[in-house]
Amino acid sequence: MIIRILGEGQYDVAEGSVDGLNQLDRALEDAVDAGDEAAFTEALAGLLSAVRGSGAALPDDSLEDSDLILPPADASIDEVRQMLTGEGLIPG
Amino acid sequence: MSLMKRMSLIFRSKANKVLDKAEDPRETLDYSYQRQVELLSKVRRGVADVATSRKRVELQVAQLEQQENKLTEQAKKALSMGREDLAREALTRKSGLAGQVGDLRAQQAQLQGEEEKLTMASQRLQAKVEAFRTKKETIKATYTAAEAQTRINEAFSGISEEMGDVGLAVQRAEDKTAQMQARAGAIDELIASGALDDASAIGQGDDIARELESLSSRSDVEAELAALKSGSTPPPASIEAGDPTPAAEPVAEVTAEPEKEPGHS
Repeated sequence: MIIRILGEGQYDVAEGSVDGLNQLDRALEDAVDAGDEAAFTEALAGLLSAVRGSGAALPDDSLEDSDLILPPADASIDEVRQMLTGEGLIPG
Repeated sequence: MSLMKRMSLIFRSKANKVLDKAEDPRETLDYSYQRQVELLSKVRRGVADVATSRKRVELQVAQLEQQENKLTEQAKKALSMGREDLAREALTRKSGLAGQVGDLRAQQAQLQGEEEKLTMASQRLQAKVEAFRTKKETIKATYTAAEAQTRINEAFSGISEEMGDVGLAVQRAEDKTAQMQARAGAIDELIASGALDDASAIGQGDDIARELESLSSRSDVEAELAALKSGSTPPPASIEAGDPTPAAEPVAEVTAEPEKEPGHS
């Protein structure tokens, strides 16, 4: 499965690692819902480093579509909220 | 996979909207390529803009550090003249500057980070644009308009996602740089207004420098007077050398120090 970290690049992650990522994703979503900036920062860092650790970076010239897209490492909770409502941030 | 999934869906739908344009899908290839090249030059401009902002902040850090050194010298001089109050004032101002310098250093590091990120983004995009161009020419040479569509969709998916990503990176860097430029402008104004310092001419320096100068010229007078009373004419060089306060010479030096033109951007 190919996962893109915005602002960073794409990683090819083995299907076996996806369960672990799902747990981290839930923690991230809870933090966003609760508006807990500290928990959000921690959960995002955990999720991104798990993707980097379990995946292999795709070469720069690959033209593959990603299955999943994750926020940039320095995103704030507000930015992620905006991304999820589809407003702002992502140039259309 | 809720948050990741939602984010992916929204991101992709936005990225794909950019594309469906031309009647002949092969024209869409050229149109998209043109947009990719435009985006590539936009990222490169972004890198240059961020670098300019970073250099401006670096210059300000250097200016403020110069002020800090000057205030330290003034404090030493004031102490040597027995003016602890003036020395305290100089050190108080210096500690005010330290906060500004720390703040600017943090900005500098942040801008450096943005610059590196955009540089990487530009390299990735360039590699993808080149790969796309090759694919585009193959598709145009090999397939009829009717056949081309599926191939084109394949070629588009990866690049449109990258374009959305890079577009976002450029926008975020622009936002951050704009915020910092507003603050950098405020610092430039402070420096230019002399609130931090403006020692552009002798006697027209900051109040501490003026006071130190008047102290040392008074003691010059005393020294010369004493010399006259004792019946010996002091050699010209010793007017200052004979000064009981060794700080006299450096005062003039510091005060006359040419100021870099204020408010350069």
